[in-house]
Amino acid sequence: MTKLSVADYPLAETRADQIRGKRGLALGDITLASVLAGEVTMEDLQITPRALLDQAEIAADAKRPTLAQNFARAAELVAVPQDLIMSTYELLRPGRAQSKDALIERAALLREGYAAHAIADFILEAAEIYQKRGLFTYRF
Amino acid sequence: MPDQAHPNRWRRFAEWDARPLRLDKFAREDPANGFSAFRSPADPKPGIGLAMGKIASMDGVLAHDFDMIDAFIARHHLDPVIADEAMAMDSGLLARMLVDMNVPRAELVRLARGCTPAKLADVVGQLNALEIAFAYSKMRARRTPGNQAHVTNAKDDPLQLAADAATAVAYGFDEIETTMRVSRNAWSNAVACAVGAAVGRWGVLFQCSSEEAEELLIGMAGFTSYAETVSVYGTEKSFTDGDDTPWSKGFLAAAYASRGIKMRCTSGAGSELLMGFHEAKTLLYLEARCLCLQRGMGVQGTQNGGIDGAPLTATVPGGVRELMAENLIAVWLDLECASGNDARSSESEIRVGAKILPYLIAGSDLICSGFGSIPAYDNSFNPSLFNAEEMEDYLVLQRDFEADGGLTPLAENRALDLRSRAVEAVSAVLEELGLATPTPDMKVSVVVASGSAETRSFTPGEVAPISEGIKAGGVTVIEVIKALARRGFTPEAENLLSVVKLRLSGDYLQTSAMVRDGRVISAINDPNEYQGPGSGYRMTESRRLQINDIRDVLDQSEVLRSEAQFERGEAARIAYPVAGTAMPGTTPDEVVIGISPAFGVKLFQTTAGHKLSEVLRVMIEGITARGLRARVVRLGHTADTSFLGLSAARLSGSGIGIGIQAKGTAVIHSAARLPHNNLELFSNAPITRLEHYAGFGRNAAAYALGEAPEPVVVPTKGEAMGSRFHARVAMIYAIETAMVVEGAAPQEIALRFLAGGRG
Repeated sequence: MTKLSVADYPLAETRADQIRGKRGLALGDITLASVLAGEVTMEDLQITPRALLDQAEIAADAKRPTLAQNFARAAELVAVPQDLIMSTYELLRPGRAQSKDALIERAALLREGYAAHAIADFILEAAEIYQKRGLFTYRF
Repeated sequence: MPDQAHPNRWRRFAEWDARPLRLDKFAREDPANGFSAFRSPADPKPGIGLAMGKIASMDGVLAHDFDMIDAFIARHHLDPVIADEAMAMDSGLLARMLVDMNVPRAELVRLARGCTPAKLADVVGQLNALEIAFAYSKMRARRTPGNQAHVTNAKDDPLQLAADAATAVAYGFDEIETTMRVSRNAWSNAVACAVGAAVGRWGVLFQCSSEEAEELLIGMAGFTSYAETVSVYGTEKSFTDGDDTPWSKGFLAAAYASRGIKMRCTSGAGSELLMGFHEAKTLLYLEARCLCLQRGMGVQGTQNGGIDGAPLTATVPGGVRELMAENLIAVWLDLECASGNDARSSESEIRVGAKILPYLIAGSDLICSGFGSIPAYDNSFNPSLFNAEEMEDYLVLQRDFEADGGLTPLAENRALDLRSRAVEAVSAVLEELGLATPTPDMKVSVVVASGSAETRSFTPGEVAPISEGIKAGGVTVIEVIKALARRGFTPEAENLLSVVKLRLSGDYLQTSAMVRDGRVISAINDPNEYQGPGSGYRMTESRRLQINDIRDVLDQSEVLRSEAQFERGEAARIAYPVAGTAMPGTTPDEVVIGISPAFGVKLFQTTAGHKLSEVLRVMIEGITARGLRARVVRLGHTADTSFLGLSAARLSGSGIGIGIQAKGTAVIHSAARLPHNNLELFSNAPITRLEHYAGFGRNAAAYALGEAPEPVVVPTKGEAMGSRFHARVAMIYAIETAMVVEGAAPQEIALRFLAGGRG
């Protein structure tokens, strides 16, 4: 399958039929009528990994590799529950983890539980730098 | 008061002391203590060391000694291949490329990926303020400029938030941002602004600035669509004191995108200085580090340009130029730029106006981040550079420079309709959700209020249970949409749904995305490809007309309409019957008053508002008081004051005449003088009072009697009279000149004051 390019943007106009929410409801099926009929939940209004990866392809074509990488990391986080996201963010803040191990463990959890490889690598990179810069110190 | 014989101070300084500018305090340039915009011995020289395709050193620091910011930049921002090329280029050459319209933006963006922070700072530091503004205009990512508003109030009142959000939407803001006085009111603020922003049109993106975790939760409930309070800092110690690292912020960037929420980071000069960890580096260099970090994280954009540090940055020499320079680095790095112009950096209105101008004419993704759409005292972020008080100044600046600042004038009746609709809509939602029941008095007080000091609505304490009810009840945007629809607010329900649906495709996550006319436009489908005059962003004719449509604009028919209101009154007071052609006088005891073609015919009052009948009456009384006669003639061959006066003098037996235009400009002339070398002139008609016209009559008589009277001086305080009157004066004068007939003979006027003449 060929990669998407800037010509495919915006996806909501060029391929509206392929855009779906988490439960598979298509963009065009989300109307005021369907909301009022109780057919739409917040899950139907959640972006999918597919959409983020599509946007990553467009960003890469627009020569924005770092933005594309962020979209790819985001795609991995779609399935990660909110509590786990917030506790991982908290763990990455300075002084929260007392040693490299906590970050290494968290990276493993995300890699194994959610196939979040890019995110896991990002956390391992942080562990390495935090160690070097002495960020595993008590702060409050 | 200093002794006159021994002055110790020029009083001009005392006058300057009283000006608002003197409330601004200025800091001496002091690089060692962090007070330097562009120059510090502690700034590193640009440099890169590469070993086997990897970064071995950057800006004089070996990889082994990198702090966490260096490490992140080296890994995520710098492209070693391009670095080899870009770092070898002369900074002066890169600076010239930035201002060369023949060098494509894309080429410069490519090279930026190989530039270290010190290199970026070194290059933009070579540009003067004009060059920076030009380069900014060329380098910004999206072609169409936009703007962002703050919508907050001192009471966290949801009714007022909804009304003000709707008003901001109508003014054309592309994004609105709220925050709270009391942090637990976040959910109520979010719902109120989301509902208000759905009134009138859809597509305005909305942010509720609050604690990181709460902000993300509010976003997940569907009320907000973007975030921009993810701050980064330029030194390691500031970053950790800010309780984050590049990795924690980078993770947050991915988290926001994973929830389909647009995000930009925030950084700005002065934050490290305020936090005490500046490492004696310049404001610009530290900011270059922040911006490289942000591009490395993969955020689409930045809120940048001092931001909370702007007032501090503006205290140092070149500080305002530095704010522009850091914005230039942001767009050179291909980031969306919400370019500051938010925190008010001066008490001087002149400094405020000067600060905004380069951005207004260069354009920016979001010129302000944001503009206080509410009065300064209601701005919970602190007053912005521009607040509601200065909204119309901004609209006029757009019109003056024909520059699209993103805003559109709003008619009074339309504003009232929208505010009323928004208040009703949010009240319906609060009622449907069982959160509150606003009274009619609360609602009406908000609709007409300029700010929260005038409302009789919710207090912060009354808002807290509403906010907690929303949060605890797990209310999402779906319930709000349903509530709106149930109560008949169908367009608002549709609009709100359309904004939430944006997150499914993720189109608005791309660089510089906003919604215009129901479409997402961004740097992808609306790229800035400036290549000189005629390219880049140009206003369409219809957009130009929109910007021009400010209120209270005069035209000639408006002037004639307002004059016509005085016609009947004057007709009861004075009559100007023609008694044949005026002939030269033969006795020296007369002064001739020459009136202009439209005087008392189409125009009936001076620009100071004096009835022309009164003006003539007091002038004639001044003449007769000296025992002379006044003769009135109407001149048809000219409307020029000097020629009116000289023609009157030539018809006068004494050789002295007065010329007067309907707008009140008057001259005393002598038959022996050249046209523009008169005896006395009243050029400031808007401040000329009846007593001055009476004095004019007396002095004209005195000249006729061979005396040398003290000229009548109209006192002026140096008011900018021109701006108040020039448009009207030019239109009035055009009415006069249109009645001029070449070679027309002067008419003798048998002037009569009527019964109502003393009224």
